[in-house]
Amino acid sequence: MLILQDVVAKIDAKRQESLLGGGLKRIETQHKKARFFFFFFGKLTARERIELLLDAGSFREYDAFVEHNCVDFGMEKQKITGDGVVTGHGTINGRRVFLFSQDFTAFGGSLSNTHAQKIVKVMDKALLVGAPVIGLNDSGGARIQEGVESLAGYADIFLKNVTSSGVVPQISLIMGPCAGGAVYSPALTDFTFMVRDTSYLFVTGPDVVKTVTKEEVTQEELGGAKAHTVKSGVAHAAFENDIEALQRLRDFVDFLPLSNREPAPVRYTDDPSDREDASLNHIVPVDSTKAYDIKDVITRLVDDSHFFEIMPDYAKNIVIGFARMGGRTVSIIANQPLVSSGVLDINSSVKAARFVRFADAFNIPILTLVDVPGFLPGTAQEHNGIIRHGAKLLYAYAEATVPKVTVITRKAYGGAYDVMSSKHLRGDLNYAWPTAEIAVMGAKGAVEIIFRSSADRASAEKDYISKFANPLPAAQRGYVDDVIEPSTTRRRIIEDLEMLRDKKLENPKRKHGNIPL
Amino acid sequence: MSLSLAAAIPRSTGRWVCSLTATRQRLFHSGIPRAASAAPSQQLQASNDYSQYGKTFDKILIANRGEIACRVIRTAKKMGIKTVAIHSDADVNSLHVQLADEAVNVGPAPTSQSYLNIPNIIKAIKDTGAQAVHPGYGFLSENAAFVKALDEAGVTFIGPSQEAMAAMGDKIQSKIIAKESKVNIIPGFNGVVRDVDHALEISREIGYPVMLKASAGGGGKGMRIAWNDDEVRDGYKIAKTESLASFGDDRLLIEKFIDNPRHIEIQIISDKHGNTLYLPERECSIQRRNQKVIEEAPSTHIDEKTRKAMGEQAVMLAKHVKYSSAGTVEFLVDSARNFYFLEMNTRLQVEHPITEYITGMDLVEQMIRVAANQKLIAKQEDIKINGWAIESRVYAEDPEKYLPSIGRLSKYIEPTSTKGQNEVRCDSGIVEGSEISIYYDPMICKLCTHGATREEAIENMKRALDSYVIKGVTHNIPLLREVVSHDRFASGKYSTKFLAEEYPTGFKGHVPNPTSLAQLVSLAGLMHAKRELRNWAWGHGREALLKGDLQGIAPHSWELFIGVQGVDEKMPVKIEKLGKGANGEDEFEIHTPGMAPFKTSARWPLESPLITNKFDNGEEVTVQYLDALPLGFRVQHLGTKFDITINTPAQHALSKYMPIKEKASTTNMILSPMPGSVVSVDVKVGDVVAEGTAVATIEAMKMANVLRSVRAGKVKSVLVKPGDSVAGEELLIEFEDESKEAGKTEEKK
Repeated sequence: MLILQDVVAKIDAKRQESLLGGGLKRIETQHKKARFFFFFFGKLTARERIELLLDAGSFREYDAFVEHNCVDFGMEKQKITGDGVVTGHGTINGRRVFLFSQDFTAFGGSLSNTHAQKIVKVMDKALLVGAPVIGLNDSGGARIQEGVESLAGYADIFLKNVTSSGVVPQISLIMGPCAGGAVYSPALTDFTFMVRDTSYLFVTGPDVVKTVTKEEVTQEELGGAKAHTVKSGVAHAAFENDIEALQRLRDFVDFLPLSNREPAPVRYTDDPSDREDASLNHIVPVDSTKAYDIKDVITRLVDDSHFFEIMPDYAKNIVIGFARMGGRTVSIIANQPLVSSGVLDINSSVKAARFVRFADAFNIPILTLVDVPGFLPGTAQEHNGIIRHGAKLLYAYAEATVPKVTVITRKAYGGAYDVMSSKHLRGDLNYAWPTAEIAVMGAKGAVEIIFRSSADRASAEKDYISKFANPLPAAQRGYVDDVIEPSTTRRRIIEDLEMLRDKKLENPKRKHGNIPL
Repeated sequence: MSLSLAAAIPRSTGRWVCSLTATRQRLFHSGIPRAASAAPSQQLQASNDYSQYGKTFDKILIANRGEIACRVIRTAKKMGIKTVAIHSDADVNSLHVQLADEAVNVGPAPTSQSYLNIPNIIKAIKDTGAQAVHPGYGFLSENAAFVKALDEAGVTFIGPSQEAMAAMGDKIQSKIIAKESKVNIIPGFNGVVRDVDHALEISREIGYPVMLKASAGGGGKGMRIAWNDDEVRDGYKIAKTESLASFGDDRLLIEKFIDNPRHIEIQIISDKHGNTLYLPERECSIQRRNQKVIEEAPSTHIDEKTRKAMGEQAVMLAKHVKYSSAGTVEFLVDSARNFYFLEMNTRLQVEHPITEYITGMDLVEQMIRVAANQKLIAKQEDIKINGWAIESRVYAEDPEKYLPSIGRLSKYIEPTSTKGQNEVRCDSGIVEGSEISIYYDPMICKLCTHGATREEAIENMKRALDSYVIKGVTHNIPLLREVVSHDRFASGKYSTKFLAEEYPTGFKGHVPNPTSLAQLVSLAGLMHAKRELRNWAWGHGREALLKGDLQGIAPHSWELFIGVQGVDEKMPVKIEKLGKGANGEDEFEIHTPGMAPFKTSARWPLESPLITNKFDNGEEVTVQYLDALPLGFRVQHLGTKFDITINTPAQHALSKYMPIKEKASTTNMILSPMPGSVVSVDVKVGDVVAEGTAVATIEAMKMANVLRSVRAGKVKSVLVKPGDSVAGEELLIEFEDESKEAGKTEEKK
């Protein structure tokens, strides 16, 4: 009996140790509100973050007692219970998720082989039962004392990321540093979010950059939230601080099915599915050169005006994000006439293509709103490969087998018409608003080509407009299924999604397709 | 494009327009069904039997837009008259166009090319065969040249004769006529002031303080007040320069300045047979920068004797100029109820609905009748005062600096009469989705309420303002709501200086008191609890299994810490879900510091814009839900917007560690969003622009991209001109950095 008591006491002591991670002093540093150059402190600990992310009391921890087994450089004398990462599972609004949360207070959150194995274990379990994996990243990088052991750990995680891809949703929230090889795990996951001012992501830091290229740059400029949400497109959204980020992550997870074995989730809503919105009838300006905000259209169509936009600050000429219609999650891809006329270019094509593939992988119906004047011309685009990158979006749409509903609100010109979830790419329901113009190009350009030598361009242009600047030619050929009153759009889409709920469509068997990367 | 479309899909546009009102009523969240659009006419007690009066016109054209066009159309419809609307390119989808039987485009958006374009309007009249024209107010309503053009075309103008209009249109002229008509006028001098000495001589004769202004200027424009000789010298120079520069006319007006004045006006209506009636007065003293904000009828300041005296003088003046139609004689009234003629407006006033409310008379109907040569039916002794009416002018403007706001009304729900007494009247010309543009007046609506007593009318106004949902533009409801609940307004003892005196540095929004704060946070807590329950209400699929015992239970009690913007401490609120109440709804018990625990069933649908709860003390409180925030909601309470933060105990405990960041500064630069060519630059260095103002247009891909300022500010530099080609991300326009400027001034100190 006595011995058991000793053991229990020892276990308790170890558990207490593990709860403190790197110790009280380091926790204090983590919490400290300060600003050092461009770097803000004021972060929460790994456990505090879990507490905010999961439903109260739902967290079940694994491997709290794990310690590293490095014996070099005096490491055998420095052990921290848990080894710098907290792992386990819990629920978000009652639905299961697996997660790991790196602990910057323990060895700077550096990744040892045992640290990596803890992460791999939850990823394995998530794959087994079919539940999302959420990583809360806050790590100084590899555990240098371990050498190749640490690198092996990274590679184990990368492999797991890849084998889980498209099976369970994977989400990374960068809440501190994430540098070097470590960046490739978030890069492989489906969504990467960041916390403004307290997180950064880069392959090589400012010091190395300076040595190699003589370029002076701060951490924030090089790999802060702004750099990745506005310029690089590496991150999908940024949030103000830890508390806000974790709350928003809860909202985000609510949109996702737990795995590719499940349909898109359905949640109760008070918003009637037959709600009509008369103001949609006039939302598209009469003057076809005038812009309007497609997000106005989106928020009027979806449940409770609630639209979770992905990559809101990157390639703004296309808008992507999740919403619910009739309670069911839908993914929305929409050209944004307000920005660069909604033109398709390299960045917007890649942004939308990846999102379409995620939706397709996880059974989330795709709603596409089309108002696109074409692909962006110019040497900058051509020389950087608009052909290859534009093809990604085309590939993604063509390949997708989930329910696809498309509404052409105004322009659908040229190749971009084909790309944007057209009937020809197996669109299930393709609608046009009466303001739609489906043509190879705008009337003026077309007339310049067709009537190169004709004197009466004006009347030719008029002819072209009356012929093509309306949805009838496409409707007469069955390329749009119906021309609908804009105010009824919400109702139509919800009915269609219900009708398409059990849609079965399979692509030919193959190892995998060859998307033009 | 629209033409070809109409041809391609016959009648579809028409059908949608017809279904507009019906769909609007069915709009999700609208809560209370919207009253029929014809509310104004229903509220007037005019007889519906028009046959006894004889025929007026078959068809009239309304030479105006917005709410007044809609208002005139409604009366015309009631009288069985066909209506023609005119509109600019920008207004093609406007409500007044949809309400009218016919509509004619009279030109591009700028008013000088459309609503003020006399040749185009005359053509529209001829093309449609309209027999008469109602001008509304503003635009051509007091334009004698327009009346002349109509006379020549043989079309009736629904308003006074051009002679009467011309006589009253000139400030000096009208005072001379008023004097001749034995109307009290302010001691003063009207005419050409020779030089400074002459100005001094006149001023001393009148006695200080005196007011100097340009004769030709309207309202308070260019007005200067002088309390002594020196100030007259300064004021004379400035007023004269301004007068010449603005009006090309150097005549000046010097008159006695009335301290603590009240602006009170008399509505008259005259026929072409020598009959004139005066109606009870309107008090219009709540003004900002000489623009009326809140009006009431009658006035708390006027007794029966003064009313009669003012009314009779107004009638004398009208008869003197052989006035016909509706008109308004404006007076300044001092604290001893001495009243002085100010000017006469020869048109229908903006604030006419409050007079209609208390007299039961439809003024537009009367105008149409007298224009058709009919005699006034009513006699002076028939005019009685029925209760009290108040009008709030709801503007799309920021109530602190009065900067206009433009944008699209993303959500728009007008208040309605809930007592079944037609106690709320909303005169507007817009619907959800309408655009408030830079081209026209930013007035959204004239919100009027009626009550048997003044107190009741005020209470009705508070309720109406609380349930008026306007999203997409900044509006002045916060200010209106604050004024109508102000003690000084309630006492009725105010003057035209009310706003300047009460809010000397600008109105900053409602500051919650302990009761209103407790009510606000308890409702915010309830909104959060309801939302959480919804977040757990998963549909079919595996999630449903988890709802039960396996993975814990959906939350049923909440301990929250609720922060309100502008209030330092977060308030702890406890909420308990009690189960289903008598009506089958979830019942909650709410514990908030500062008020007794109370039970309520949150019966409103989640995310509905209006959340109303009756508290145990009998107070009914309406909170508007505006937007979701990452950790809470944005709401409107007592007119003012508040950001509400809702924290769980864990979030609350940890929030002290979060970094405090400077407010995200909005950019000082406007960049080209893409390569293209500059079509127009709409601002110049030194211009002060409001947020959302169009500053430049870039054309690319044959599309005009209007660039708008992301914040209000002063233009520091403009780096491009029309015709320039610009690259993507190229700097076009730069704003002054006020934070740096502020820093500089501090350094100087």
